[in-house]
Amino acid sequence: MGLTGLLAKRLLRSVVVVVGVTIVTFATLHLGGDPTYLYVGEHASAEEIAATRVKLGFDQPLTTQYLRFAHGLAHGDLGDSLTFHEPALGVVLERFPATLELTLTALSLALAIGVPLGVFAALHRGRPLDGGIMLLALLGQSVPSFWLGIMLVLFVGLAWHWLPISGRVPLLDPLFAGDWRTAWTNLPQALPFLVMPSVTIAVFSLARTARLVRSSLLEVLSQDYVRTARAKGLSERRVIVHHALRNAWLPVLTMLGLEFGFLLSGVVVVETVFSWPGVGRLVFNAINHRDIPLVEAAVIVFSLLFVSVNLLVDLLYLRLDPRIRLA
Amino acid sequence: MSAAAVTPPIGAFTAGRRARRSLLRAKWPLLALALLLLITAAALFGPSVAPVDPNRQNLIARLQPPLAVDRRSHRVYWMGTDALGRDVSSRLLYGARISLAVGLVAVLVGGLLGTTLGMLAGYFGGTVDAGVSMVADVQLGFPFILLAIMFLLVLGPGVVNLILALGIGQWVTYARIARGQTVAQREKEYVEAARALGLGHGGILVSGILPNILAPLIVIASFNVASVILAEAALSFLGLGVPPTVPSWGGMLAESRDELLAGHWWLALFPGTAIMLTVLSFNILGDWLRDFLDPRLVAVT
Repeated sequence: MGLTGLLAKRLLRSVVVVVGVTIVTFATLHLGGDPTYLYVGEHASAEEIAATRVKLGFDQPLTTQYLRFAHGLAHGDLGDSLTFHEPALGVVLERFPATLELTLTALSLALAIGVPLGVFAALHRGRPLDGGIMLLALLGQSVPSFWLGIMLVLFVGLAWHWLPISGRVPLLDPLFAGDWRTAWTNLPQALPFLVMPSVTIAVFSLARTARLVRSSLLEVLSQDYVRTARAKGLSERRVIVHHALRNAWLPVLTMLGLEFGFLLSGVVVVETVFSWPGVGRLVFNAINHRDIPLVEAAVIVFSLLFVSVNLLVDLLYLRLDPRIRLA
Repeated sequence: MSAAAVTPPIGAFTAGRRARRSLLRAKWPLLALALLLLITAAALFGPSVAPVDPNRQNLIARLQPPLAVDRRSHRVYWMGTDALGRDVSSRLLYGARISLAVGLVAVLVGGLLGTTLGMLAGYFGGTVDAGVSMVADVQLGFPFILLAIMFLLVLGPGVVNLILALGIGQWVTYARIARGQTVAQREKEYVEAARALGLGHGGILVSGILPNILAPLIVIASFNVASVILAEAALSFLGLGVPPTVPSWGGMLAESRDELLAGHWWLALFPGTAIMLTVLSFNILGDWLRDFLDPRLVAVT
């Protein structure tokens, strides 16, 4: 299959996934039977319930309801939030820059520290350094992120007063508005607030990245072409950088897309610990107020973003993997 | 006389003996196994070992720090008491139940579902395969925690729903591996032979292929228990776990949230450490199982 065929197939898969996501979200809403009860208070009268049911269209056949839902979605209408009394999608998008800011910072941290650690461990395979790094990585994959956050708040924040335990100075919001000057002047104040939450979210991914990079590099190092490169008398440094790492980072690229989605999920819990004013804390409050449309909007926004990022990564992969590019 | 009499036949090194040897040689997996046994014991016998009823409130002895001595009963609160005066160490012992039970059962649910679907997809191929892959793709399109949150909000929290949400979230991993492995086994001679002997599809899948693809699935399951326990803790922390009357580690952490600013550190430290040690043990065990059962699987996790 040519590159165009692969591209078309990959795009079609994304479309199928997006349609699937809308169907699953819709179906989840109807899992417990009539969803009207999710939209009214506990003490709603029978008339109120009936009126809400008609108003939200839950008296219609399921197919009609789904089509209405999909139609609304296509027009950016996901219903009104029960607590904010305004369009749920707007409420989610308004807080989205804060969450993206945290996710991207955490992803950068995970890569900037995890990749070198993994390479370092692979190059010292079997020695105590390798063992130490891998044990730390295993520990990093075993800590509940929100608990790590709590510990940081308790010790770094409350006991030693090194860093602020909650709050945020916006960076991405002014940037999205095209005002890079404000973003730049905000940067020094914003960083201290970013440190603890982003480290908390990054730890798991950092550990996983280190382990993946290590095993990926070790696998490449055992290949014939690496032996050939060594036999040619190339310096070890050249073998690693030009021959091994070039191929070892392809699995890491694939992981990047998945990791992004994983970090987005982690944000929900960690934002709650640090009172970070993003989508995560919004979802937490929505859980407490049983604000279904808001959670639904968050699920859809995150999923669409997730699907797009994975598509992007796969396209990059098609572009970068010489086995596919030159086929 | 012959060499065969001196060296034991290869079959003598049974899997069990090999496992024992390899375990004894490695320190960490042994430690992890010991820790897991301890936690299992806590889960099984917690009620008879726990100092007090984990739900007994004692408002006079609220928020006692660890090692505090009760003024009336002269009992030591090893890990302190919470905002309602409940004994943290007793709640911790009881909490092992929820973490272990939910973790294991959810993995069982996800594993059974995923293995079945994956094997069917790999064995029959064609439409079945395409269908399963499509559903898997859709599932992977969701950030898992958010979907679980929505699921639990609609159906309401509770142990069964929690297990369902966590279990269904895991099936894709098993399906992918089971599918790939089944495809590799499908054309092997023993499958042909079974077919020639008149064994049906079900018989071939369950008694023929399944035993041959089990090893990598077990490895994944071990890591999976670890991540499911973490996910359970996260959902409990968000208030979507088991009801507050059932002590759980995640629930204890959720309750500690309101006490953080007052500096009542012990409420968060102990349950968090318990979760971490349990998850770490499963991860170490998974690492060892992977190396032991299938050295080729190194790159999977």
